[in-house]
Amino acid sequence: MTEGRRTRVVLADVHPRTHDHDRTRTELAEQTQVGEALVQGLVRAQLALALRLALVVAIGLGGLPLLFAVAPEVSNARLAGVDLPWLLLGVAAFPFLFVVGWAYVRLAERNEQDFVAVVRRPER
Amino acid sequence: MDNPYIIPAILLVTLVTVAIGFYGLKLARTTSDFLVASRSVSPTWNAAAIGGEYLSAASFLGVAGLILKYGVDVLWYPVGFAAGYLALLLFVAAPLRRSGAFTLPDFCQLRLGSRRLRKLATAFVVFIGWLYLVPQLQGAGLTMTTVTGQPYALGALLVGAVVTCNVALGGMRAITFVQAFQYWLKLTALLVPAVFLLLQWQADGRPAVAAPDGPVFHTSTTVVIEDHATLTMADGSTMTVRAGEKLDFAAGEPVPQVSTVDDTRGPDWLLPGDSDQGLFATYSLILATFLGTMGLPHVLVRFYTNPDGNAARRTTLVVLGLVGLFYLLPTLYGVLGRVYTPQLLMTGRTDAVVVLLPGAALGGGLTGQLLAALVAAGAFAAFLSSSSGLLTSVAGVISTDVTGHGSVRDFRLATVIAGVVPIVLSLTISTLDVSQVVGLAFAVAASSFCPLLVLGIWWRGLTARGAAAGVLAGGGAAAGAVLLTVLGPPLSGWPAALVGQPAAWTVPLAFAVMVIVSLASRGRVPADVSEVMLRLHAPESALAGSPRR
Repeated sequence: MTEGRRTRVVLADVHPRTHDHDRTRTELAEQTQVGEALVQGLVRAQLALALRLALVVAIGLGGLPLLFAVAPEVSNARLAGVDLPWLLLGVAAFPFLFVVGWAYVRLAERNEQDFVAVVRRPER
Repeated sequence: MDNPYIIPAILLVTLVTVAIGFYGLKLARTTSDFLVASRSVSPTWNAAAIGGEYLSAASFLGVAGLILKYGVDVLWYPVGFAAGYLALLLFVAAPLRRSGAFTLPDFCQLRLGSRRLRKLATAFVVFIGWLYLVPQLQGAGLTMTTVTGQPYALGALLVGAVVTCNVALGGMRAITFVQAFQYWLKLTALLVPAVFLLLQWQADGRPAVAAPDGPVFHTSTTVVIEDHATLTMADGSTMTVRAGEKLDFAAGEPVPQVSTVDDTRGPDWLLPGDSDQGLFATYSLILATFLGTMGLPHVLVRFYTNPDGNAARRTTLVVLGLVGLFYLLPTLYGVLGRVYTPQLLMTGRTDAVVVLLPGAALGGGLTGQLLAALVAAGAFAAFLSSSSGLLTSVAGVISTDVTGHGSVRDFRLATVIAGVVPIVLSLTISTLDVSQVVGLAFAVAASSFCPLLVLGIWWRGLTARGAAAGVLAGGGAAAGAVLLTVLGPPLSGWPAALVGQPAAWTVPLAFAVMVIVSLASRGRVPADVSEVMLRLHAPESALAGSPRR
């Protein structure tokens, strides 16, 4: 971690950086096939996770306009004196989004911990 | 309106903003302090700052105004404005932070190593930034006219000048504190009056928000007509009115429909639309807002102030929570505005509902006046914070990529250039709905930077040529649609839907062109793609060395 250490600002740096890499980082990058397979595995796992959760939202929220259009009885329904579409879009959507985000943060961090465990094992 | 507390409240917010800016100036000593707060910002402050910067005039005033006018269908604006952070979290947050890129042009350079793509990205950052700044200044002018009776230009100029000076002098360090303070101010400014408004609505015997015969005047009201128009009365009869004409309505009278104001009445306001065009517009709006947030320049800059990728993710989650909490409130204002300020449906100035509602519902007593002043202060906080963030990012890319080399002096000069253009635009162009202009900025961002970021982060096969072609095709088409909407003749039917809400065709176009051209120029995949992918995706702890060190 780099707490307390000054880090260069990239904003002013329009030339590609190739020389200031951490030594360990370069080693991992140069571990040719093994290293590359590991990174690709991590990228795939993270992408699959993100796409799965995006699908949950695409169906859960993105399906609503279509549902309202094909099933007017849903839009006419009332819950506690409020029309269902107002309740779903005005209130329920926000906690739903937060819960999906919370699940993603947990699962993505778990994927990363697995990656770190694999990377470090040979060093011990 | 003669409320003695409003001008002091607006001045107080402005002065506090400037004071915190100067406090930050004293702390900022080096160029990196000046621009990125040295990454010493804690996640809670950072999340509140992102929220404070993001909740603009569109959120504070515009959403409630649209709901008052159009009803349930526009609830997709707040949902999309919040959901954009989820898309950002899922696909962009941690890798972008790990890339070390500070702006979108930086990301282009780091990932694809192309100076020309960098220039193209710079052009789009400036276009989106200005498109987003203009409605902030319009909102300021409108609020000034509505609550104090001062000329429109004064509000726009005041906010424009304060923000330009503050950004030029204080830089990013100051902005973080200002923004975090302004999130909480904005939340309070809507939450406290909302409680009183709900109690008042209860006390009034819960008047119906969607009366079967359309909205009615709650109290006797005098409406001043602004443009020559035809009124359609509830019984179907029509009458012609001239500009400047005053009409008196008694309590309980239905609100006539005005030919110059487009609004939705009866069940269409209450229930989701099911026409093909309406459905297309809704899905287009969903795509633009869900995918546009990640491409907004002032949002991305903030990610650099997180210490690492995991912190970036957690910060984004907190932002999602804070922004979601805020968006529960504008709906309430839009709905209650239907009861207490239906005259706005006749003047068309529905963006003013948030600032007018406390006075209209609670009366001219001390409580009503104080709450109206609080809301006006919150609205000014919204203009100041969003414009500061936008201006910082636009000035940042101009100073690095157009006018100079990113020194503090270049940045100050760029700030003045970046600030003057939207100020002039806001004084000259016609007033569209604040939220709709912001929605167009989202559409351009979703059709240019979203595909660039998502494919750049997750697909090794992206080439600079493919990225440039995709940004030009999708972003160019969306930008053309925006210009046609703002400057062109009024359209109707399908052309209006395709141009007014372009994201549903421009976003897929951008993705498709980017992938196809990248595949066609496969030989030009950057040689360091594996190294960059490692940097983007591997957690810092895997790269920081073995635990024994």
